[in-house]
Amino acid sequence: MTTRDDSGWREEARRLMMAALDGEISPDQRRQLDRLLADNPELREDWERMGQVKEVTRSMSYREPPEEIWQEYWVSVYSRCERGVGWLLMTLSAVVLLSWSAWQGIAAMFADSTMPLFLKLAVLGVATGAIILLVSVAREKWFVRRKDPYREVIR
Amino acid sequence: MELCESDADLIRKAQNGDRAAFGFLVERYMKRAYYSALGLVGSPEDARDLSQDAFARAYRARQTIDPDRPFFAWLYQIVRRLCFNFNRDRRSRRDKLRDASLWLAEEAEARAPAPSPSRVLEKSELCRTVRQAIEELPEREREVLVLKEFEGLRYREIAELVGIPIGTVMSRLYTARKHLAAALSVTMNRNPGEESGR
Repeated sequence: MTTRDDSGWREEARRLMMAALDGEISPDQRRQLDRLLADNPELREDWERMGQVKEVTRSMSYREPPEEIWQEYWVSVYSRCERGVGWLLMTLSAVVLLSWSAWQGIAAMFADSTMPLFLKLAVLGVATGAIILLVSVAREKWFVRRKDPYREVIR
Repeated sequence: MELCESDADLIRKAQNGDRAAFGFLVERYMKRAYYSALGLVGSPEDARDLSQDAFARAYRARQTIDPDRPFFAWLYQIVRRLCFNFNRDRRSRRDKLRDASLWLAEEAEARAPAPSPSRVLEKSELCRTVRQAIEELPEREREVLVLKEFEGLRYREIAELVGIPIGTVMSRLYTARKHLAAALSVTMNRNPGEESGR
């Protein structure tokens, strides 16, 4: 059975093995690792496997993309920045236009004495409900964005 | 404007509306951003798209950048968030990570002194095994592994980029390599000659 002390030295041994493989181990730590390896055949086996993995991964690298992508890279980023401004302007303007049209429509409807009252109230209810929903969703999004500690990691 | 200008100066200029200054930052960090994304999503086209998107978002949020802190560490947070979101959406579409041979190359021939043909074959098979195992790693482990192995960062740098303690970097590396070792041992059991060839 693995005790807490047992898992403690194992964890330490794992970290020492990683540091040794990656060339980030101090002479003292190296001696400590050598002692642990000498005393534990299971750990030695683990160490050999890790060495094989390191040997294979050391011989691999990222594939280089075609050189043209670097030449066009900034142009593409620039276009995206411009498009972002375009989307923002269009969205804001659309919200203003839609709000103004809705206001005009509701005002005209209430001025129309031939329209039944229940229809006026129904349209008013739909408009009020839509506003409440929009404000509620926007407030929730804003609140989550400000409070979520992992907002930079997972959307 | 000169290419050797510091990140802090370029950020300040970009914050004052100088797009060319931001362009210099993009050119300085585009390769790192691209390769970081590539290690996380495993597709060159998606890595280019996501890293460019990260720069565009960085530009929109440029007023929030602290010029006195490392720019790439800040940008990397955007890159990894976009990549994790992309992977999550891809998982929900039941797509798999792209074949790692599309983004990981084998350099053995360039580094090793003229190996025998049988050795090249064995090595290629081991590389293929490891590439497949990397594809199947959980993304947090793959992230640390590629930052170490393919971007050559030190533990301290990885810890700063990912926002975890150095001990966690080493633990994640160990777990990742353990997975790769398990995959390798299966291949080696099929080809026992490989172990004696080391």
